[in-house]
Amino acid sequence: MTAASSGSHPVRTEQDVVLARQQVRKLAVSSGLRLVDQTKLVTAASELARNTVIYGGGGDMDWEVVEEGIRKGVRLVFRDEGPGIPDMKLAMTDGWTSGGGLGLGLTGARRLVDEFSLESAPGNGTRVTICKWS
Amino acid sequence: MSELSQRTIDAIRRNEAPLLASWSANLEHSGASRDMRISHAEFDAQTREFLRLVVVGSSTGDAASLASNEWSETRAFLEKLSRSRAQLGFDSQHTASFIFSLKRPLFELLQKEYADNAEALAAQLWAVSELLDALGMHTIRTFQKSREEVIARQQEELLELSTPVVKLWDGVLALPMIGTLDSQRTQVVMESLLQRIVETGSEIAIIDITGVPTVDTLVAQHLLKTVTAIRLMGADAIISGVRPQIAQTIVHLGLDLQGIVTKANLADALALALKRSGYAVGKAG
Ligand SMILES: Nc1ncnc2c1ncn2[C@@H]1O[C@H](COP(=O)(O)OP(=O)(O)O)[C@@H](O)[C@H]1O
Ligand SMILES: [Mg+2]
Repeated sequence: MTAASSGSHPVRTEQDVVLARQQVRKLAVSSGLRLVDQTKLVTAASELARNTVIYGGGGDMDWEVVEEGIRKGVRLVFRDEGPGIPDMKLAMTDGWTSGGGLGLGLTGARRLVDEFSLESAPGNGTRVTICKWS
Repeated sequence: MSELSQRTIDAIRRNEAPLLASWSANLEHSGASRDMRISHAEFDAQTREFLRLVVVGSSTGDAASLASNEWSETRAFLEKLSRSRAQLGFDSQHTASFIFSLKRPLFELLQKEYADNAEALAAQLWAVSELLDALGMHTIRTFQKSREEVIARQQEELLELSTPVVKLWDGVLALPMIGTLDSQRTQVVMESLLQRIVETGSEIAIIDITGVPTVDTLVAQHLLKTVTAIRLMGADAIISGVRPQIAQTIVHLGLDLQGIVTKANLADALALALKRSGYAVGKAG
């Protein structure tokens, strides 16, 4: 797997969430993702970016357009140095929220993409990596 | 506030024409009257009227307080002036300098008039200065109020522009949502929709999300809340504009929209709404 291009985007405010979404849509289009896959990736990014702002206290989104043979994809890393997630199993349960949300952001995002990994330690921030292939 | 003496008032009356001429020259010099937004004729009329009002106000009695009755006509004039200047987009400095630039011509007049009496000159200079300052301050105050009103109105218009609630049919309202549904705007959108349902006594509200590019769990949460509120008011809600890619995404997110009527486009939603309201929809003839 090689990276054709990469970059980083701040994710600190609600406005950043909107801009990150727009950036991801551009990347998805340029990677040749179908409309439905574009929508899925953008929606997953929207969930993770908002978590970064709300629960992680702000962070960054690293993006990468990746190639493997003839297929192309978009890889996104959402990272923050917030409080971290004390119980990852609980956080990955449909409908569980520590705030006032629907509790479907993390689990929903996992179902919307091809690769999903969550790394977090209490007091050490959170890092979510996702990838969607064309 | 000290008063203008009768002698000063008479001097102003006698010298109206040269006073106006040099006031106009001053305004011209400061650039205040060279603006295309106000015609020369209008400017002349305003300077003439203001000078007349100063004379009337000062001579009909107590000039001690601007709040008194004698000055009500002057106050009304200045308020009108401020409002029109604010609407034309001038700043407060421009509006106040209209009045302050009368100081110099008046001072020159007083100097000539009281060349023989330094004490009276000092007193009258003070009186004129105080009067014009008070009138100028009044103008700035009302200008700011007018300006705030203009801004408040523009803000309201903006909010309404972004949330058009359209009456599609008797008893059927549509809310075409456009763009990013950030929480603040969604709140406004929802409130105006609920308000319009009450005002129009509508039975069905169609929330059209064709113009919303991303439906994530936050947007969905707002939609669910809105639908619940509509139902609590005894009306029905239909969500339209659920395109295939949005529908698939909603399923993967795990959102439960069961019990909520959704349609792919606004036309289908309207057809359903009309059917529910008891209208028969079909081709004519
Ligand atoms: N970046 C993060 N930092 C800390 N906690 C997080 C982060 N992302 C998610 N969480 C935790 O996981 C829970 C579930 O997240 P999510 O599935 O997006 O649901 P919701 O946002 O509706 O609460 C959150 O309520 C929060 O407690
Ligand atoms: Mg979330």
